[in-house]
Amino acid sequence: MTELPLIGEAVAVAAEPRLAGARIGVVTFPGTLDDRDAARAVRLAGATAVELWHGDTELGDVDAVVIPGGFSYGDYLRAGAIARFAPLMSKIIDAANSDAKLPVLGICNGFQILTESHLLPGSMIKNDHLKFLCRDQVLRVENTNTAWTLDYQAGQEITIPLKNQDGQYIADEKTLDALEAEGRVVFRYVGFNPNGSRRDIAGISNAAGNVVGLMPHPEHAVEPGFGPESLDGIGGSDTDGLGFFTSVLNKIVGGDK
Amino acid sequence: MTTETTKKFNIDAVENAAKTPDTELPWAELGLKQNEFDEIVKVLGRRPTGAELAMYSVMWSEHCSYKSSKNHLRQFGQKVTEEMKKDMLVGIGENAGVTNLGDGWAVTFKIESHNSPSFVEPYQGAATGIGGIVRDIISMGARPVAVMDPLRFGAIDHPDTARVMHGAVAGIGGYGNSLGLPNIGGEMVFDSVYQGNPLVNALAVGVMRHEDIRLANASGKGNKVVLFGARTGGDGIGGASVLASESFDDTKPSKRPAVQVGDPFAEKVLIECCLELFKGSLVEGIQDLGAAGISCATSELASNGDGGMQVELTSVLLRDPTLTPGEILMSESQERMMAVVTPENVKAFEAVMDKWAVEYSWLGEVTDTGRLIITWEGDVIVDVDPRTVAHDGPVYDRPFARPEWQDSVQADTFTGSVQDAGRPSAPAELAAAVTELVASPNMCSKAWITNQYDRYVGGNTSMAFPDDAGVVRVDEESGLGVALATDANGRYTYLDPYHGAQLALAEAYRNVATAGAVPMAVSDCLNFGSPEDPDVMWQLAEAIRGLSDACMVLGIPVTGGNVSLYNQTGTTPIHPSPVVAVLGKLDDVARRTPSGWREDGQAIYLLGTTGAELDGSEWANMRGHLGGQPPKVDLEAERALGEILINASRDGMIDAAHDLSEGGLAAALVESSLRYGVGARIALQDVMDRDGVDLFTALFSESQGRAIVGVPRSEEVRFTDMCTARGFAHTRIGVVDADSGKLEINGVEGLSLDALREAHEGTLPKYFG
Repeated sequence: MTELPLIGEAVAVAAEPRLAGARIGVVTFPGTLDDRDAARAVRLAGATAVELWHGDTELGDVDAVVIPGGFSYGDYLRAGAIARFAPLMSKIIDAANSDAKLPVLGICNGFQILTESHLLPGSMIKNDHLKFLCRDQVLRVENTNTAWTLDYQAGQEITIPLKNQDGQYIADEKTLDALEAEGRVVFRYVGFNPNGSRRDIAGISNAAGNVVGLMPHPEHAVEPGFGPESLDGIGGSDTDGLGFFTSVLNKIVGGDK
Repeated sequence: MTTETTKKFNIDAVENAAKTPDTELPWAELGLKQNEFDEIVKVLGRRPTGAELAMYSVMWSEHCSYKSSKNHLRQFGQKVTEEMKKDMLVGIGENAGVTNLGDGWAVTFKIESHNSPSFVEPYQGAATGIGGIVRDIISMGARPVAVMDPLRFGAIDHPDTARVMHGAVAGIGGYGNSLGLPNIGGEMVFDSVYQGNPLVNALAVGVMRHEDIRLANASGKGNKVVLFGARTGGDGIGGASVLASESFDDTKPSKRPAVQVGDPFAEKVLIECCLELFKGSLVEGIQDLGAAGISCATSELASNGDGGMQVELTSVLLRDPTLTPGEILMSESQERMMAVVTPENVKAFEAVMDKWAVEYSWLGEVTDTGRLIITWEGDVIVDVDPRTVAHDGPVYDRPFARPEWQDSVQADTFTGSVQDAGRPSAPAELAAAVTELVASPNMCSKAWITNQYDRYVGGNTSMAFPDDAGVVRVDEESGLGVALATDANGRYTYLDPYHGAQLALAEAYRNVATAGAVPMAVSDCLNFGSPEDPDVMWQLAEAIRGLSDACMVLGIPVTGGNVSLYNQTGTTPIHPSPVVAVLGKLDDVARRTPSGWREDGQAIYLLGTTGAELDGSEWANMRGHLGGQPPKVDLEAERALGEILINASRDGMIDAAHDLSEGGLAAALVESSLRYGVGARIALQDVMDRDGVDLFTALFSESQGRAIVGVPRSEEVRFTDMCTARGFAHTRIGVVDADSGKLEINGVEGLSLDALREAHEGTLPKYFG
């Protein structure tokens, strides 16, 4: 499977029935903010977006899951700490760890939920400058073998929005060394580390590569005119995030790269 | 007083009030005047109970009743033509006005103040300002889609400014970012007049289908009244009557408890929950709880309905069980809504509450008595005609007169003043002046602030700061969207309130048109000093008269807004600051015009003419001068300019446009160059010759009705033909230069974009870290 339509129109009615047959779930918790955006990104890539509710006890018929950004449960206690106990999360954890290796993408608060769920190692603490920061951020794609990065070139630099208050990725040195050694650092901040993350890490994967989490927001860079606009001359296209969603679609529809 | 020991409180029931006419009541401490208290007694035919007194005191406060401004605000409803009415679906008086966008879409927007709380407790004050305005939008049946924040703080280098600014910005971010609403613009002004009284205004915009419009009324006998959302606590008690309607006095105890505390998570859940209620048509009427809390919600719902309402106050879920009935009625706890539900829909309503884990309690029902009756364990503690609480508050014809000092202020023109000594003229001086201007507190980049706000969430933000207007898409299929801008210039309005208010409207109108949108509606937040000061009252009267006259000329109605009075420190009022928001429509947001140029070789045109208008300008402000007359207002020219900008955008004749306002052409050229980091070569000789001004004036004058545009070479003839046909002044002043990395202006030493950016963006981090 090599060719995929990169549909950039405002509304992508899935042109190809074969792609539209792929069902990607988007989870909503109380306090989730970017669920509609994630669903839009799924549709723009050509797949069918399926609304998933945190209280559901069955995952249903989905081929992949996106845990979108926001402030689930108001980030009270600790970002992601409460959401991790939602009934649906235990189903997602099981499916991600099963032989079927359900592809799971955690964006921002979703990444925080994945670390709280122990699907991914490490944790996020408050940004080193202690403020919420919204900016267009350059990332380097370090691993193109995960379910969510197949469509990128190794070392490719992409620009997608970053917006968070608790985005500083931390883990002990041993874990960080292991992540590096196993190629599980999937994205690194380039040019500017916006939050003090260890080793400029912006996103990581599990060992199997089906579970990926990152702090920046690919779902906000999928449509011309609504993505990053190189406010400070950093360049890049404003649809760099679409590759996440076409990658997983590629994986679902066409098998492994 | 009742003596039953089983009761939690000694309840002052209506029955008791009738028997004890001489009981002393704390009406003065609740902010009422003697004549107002006497009026309450007259309306009721007896002394009010403690609970009734609480209700009247908050509802008859300046903040809720508009008692000083009502007589003047009427002009917004009177000076309206048929043309202005045609797209207005809901006018002033509801929670927010509603404007028709076409294709079955409607938009509602409103701007409000949260000034006083934001001085006392900046984080919570600013946060709950966002929360309140967003609930106003939900109350209309709309999904909120964006927020904006016009902010005014004290001098940038005053030690207290950092406290207020850090708190307010963090509060707006902390609350707004958690709601999933992009923050798409606003303003930031530093001036010592706001030192003890910052202006923290908040705007929200929401969209809905026509059939989803909801109004705040309780009709239909037997329908149930429900309170849902957060529990009622002891925060914000008397916020409207005490805080917003009185000036601060160092000798009184801290009023911190009068500030509300916000929970954005509860608000976010409430938004989704309400939208699900609307989707299922499960509520007949809905009202948010803001200023004056339950007092306001019950009396407004009842007085707008067709009957009365009966409510049992002990059914209210409390955060603090020690609250008295009066406190419960006055509490301004956030994230609460009240709705009217038919008996058939009760179960479905409860299912939605349960799904979102939102607490609710059924308080009572709609009656046909025409009375608002509130009981406490069955004892009647409030028995009033709801209209007397909600709508028939006192109205004052406050005396006003043109201040004695106005003439001498207007005579004190900048040109030739002491502060004007050494006006820059040599190329190096002019280059230094441009750099100083764009680094000045009011003209510097606001990125330090706006980068703390989420502008992406929702995926519909087509433009945000630093462009002229914020643009959000409404309909994903057609690209239909709205543009919004807010503006005010306190210095202009101080120099001439009538024209100053018009200038605020003109600028917001111009900003919206610059983005390519057709202006449609106005919302205003009138921030003024004490109405009991005849000077201030004159400023308010003049500003309202000016604004309403200008709306007639521009053909766009005021659909809602807010008046904030008593903004002063001690006896010194703020500059009169009417903040004007204009909403415009774009048939396809893909056509919006950004404020910066990108394409090498594109022609740059200046539209409009330049006079020697430096009074009240940023340049004069930087030199410590405030006097003279503000720039001339020409609303017909604004309309003509708007039409050119809108047509040029629609027909693809321009790629960039930026309005000229504070800081004049100098600021606009720098901002348009820095927007995408692309320079330009500019020559202003033609402008100087035509308009009879020198280079300094051409750069720093703040003459109105002007904009710069970037025109592709292929469109130049078509564009200039259009301007000529419309008789609008236009001059080619230069070309875009993508390679030089400089802004080169003939007669001004070359300005490197790197140096300009450093100056422009360095100011806020320097002061605020």
